[in-house]
Amino acid sequence: MPRASRTPVSAPPAPADVRVGVLALQGDFAEHLVALRALGADAIEVRTLEQLSAVNGLIIPGGESTTIARLLIAFDLLGPLRDRIVKGLPVWGTCAGAILLAKHVPNLDRPPLAVMDITVERNAFGRQVDSFEANLKVEGIEGAPLRAIFIRAPLISRIGRSVALLATLKDGTIVAASQGHLLATSFHPELTEDRRMHGLFLQMVAEAAASRPTGGSGRPPR
Amino acid sequence: MATNGTRNGSTRPAREGAVRATSKAAAPKAAAKAPAARAAAKAPAARAAAKAPAKPSANGRANGVASKVDVRGTTATWTVKAGLAQMLKGGVIMDVVTAEQAEIAQEAGAVAVMALERVPADIRAAGGVARMSHVKKIKEIQAAVSIPVMAKARIGHFVEAQILEALGVDYIDESEVLTPADDQHHIDKHAFAVPYVCGCRNLGEALRRISEGAAMIRTKGEAGTGDIVEAVRHMRSLWSEIRRVQGMRDDELWTTAKDLQVPIDLLREVKRLGRLPVVNFSAGGVATPADAALMMQLGAEGVFVGSGIFKSAEDVTDKRRKLDQQGRMATAIVKAVTHFNDPKMLAAVSEEIPEEAMRGRSTATMPREELLAHRGS
Repeated sequence: MPRASRTPVSAPPAPADVRVGVLALQGDFAEHLVALRALGADAIEVRTLEQLSAVNGLIIPGGESTTIARLLIAFDLLGPLRDRIVKGLPVWGTCAGAILLAKHVPNLDRPPLAVMDITVERNAFGRQVDSFEANLKVEGIEGAPLRAIFIRAPLISRIGRSVALLATLKDGTIVAASQGHLLATSFHPELTEDRRMHGLFLQMVAEAAASRPTGGSGRPPR
Repeated sequence: MATNGTRNGSTRPAREGAVRATSKAAAPKAAAKAPAARAAAKAPAARAAAKAPAKPSANGRANGVASKVDVRGTTATWTVKAGLAQMLKGGVIMDVVTAEQAEIAQEAGAVAVMALERVPADIRAAGGVARMSHVKKIKEIQAAVSIPVMAKARIGHFVEAQILEALGVDYIDESEVLTPADDQHHIDKHAFAVPYVCGCRNLGEALRRISEGAAMIRTKGEAGTGDIVEAVRHMRSLWSEIRRVQGMRDDELWTTAKDLQVPIDLLREVKRLGRLPVVNFSAGGVATPADAALMMQLGAEGVFVGSGIFKSAEDVTDKRRKLDQQGRMATAIVKAVTHFNDPKMLAAVSEEIPEEAMRGRSTATMPREELLAHRGS
């Protein structure tokens, strides 16, 4: 993945003392781990309850949302993950991950986690031949626009009152948003060399860990 | 994974040129030139494409037309083609013949379905010529599921591929499982906006397919047999050759490129990455969760399961019970791929499968003309 032809865009180094997990049931979790580790973060794959309870932040990667949701249920992770999110675990969902976080998903009776006050429409841009790349200005990210990769991407069709809009396409379509400790992007920053979105998320994780009263490490009592 | 422009070199100058010239990333350089020069700035082939856009390639299409820029952005770039395969990693792609099977596959947690006329075991049994699935069937399957729908085209049959692209399938499998339409040439896959997956038995086949434009690879195995031995052989061959390339001096790569008949740039990329430059799944013979986990431990990034699911529980006569059992097999294989490295979990998962896996056929006793994997090298 590292490449010489385009200069990697750096982000501030990761704070020590926090561990970030990437949900590794299915999808491009390896790419997220590469990005996090490139920033110096302590990053682990999360497939079990033990691993879930050992992290201060979690990325739900790109993949097939129906598959990841089924596996969360099959391995009894859905409830525990939702509990931790409700108690303040910072979570970033990319593409499929954004679908899992959303409270409302048309054509889906019971959205799996339903923790973020957004409506996300699946495969909203069409089929694979309609997948695309675009330059994107993202709130909170300095400098040049991000090269954003959209693959059978969802879009955010509605955001709740407490949700901040972070990025839109030229036609106004919402493709990134945050709500407190939750971050959702319909594109894939893990597919490029640009680490700034990962830097932004690590910052969220560090801030959440610092504001916790228990023992400084910010890990939940268990 | 390879972003746009990583692997341009000599293999795909036209499209790279077209994409670069229109992307913002290239704008600073291009802005200094006259607008007319901009499109032609990067590659000679891009210039040719700009001058004579209507000139058809061997596939009956103008080269470099696959990428398209609209209000939103640029479509059909290498990154989005290879990117979908990255999203499928750690998952199971299931062969389905009907919309009903597609729903069962999705329910079981498949990351995608592969639409085909008959599962490979039935293709073997039926004999005759195996072709692209009926368009009606593909449309029914597309309507039935939200996960990606792939479909198979015959090797070299670029018109079947054009039809599949027109239907909006998400990936085309140029597959040795169907009867080849061309024993000399594969499809020029760069000319398409839809990405391709192709089979390989070794590093040479893999890199030749990638140089033709495949954005995903699967080791071939021997489809429709339920015998894992060929899948293992091909996966081991591929990785042992990759490890050999990693240990080579740079000047030794030239001879290897010549021997394998592959572009030197791709071989350099393999040496640098220590793996193929695209996602690699395993196919052809997976019949149980243990088979799937075996292929994952041998280095697959996901698995294709063909006959292993909808040829299990064959002796069950009640249709609903049969589908239920096949669904359980599918679910168990999905779980095994996630926890491929956890024997306790694999034991638990293996308990859930129906008692009767696909009966299968040993490849060791099959005559050569019945083997599919040597098609399209």
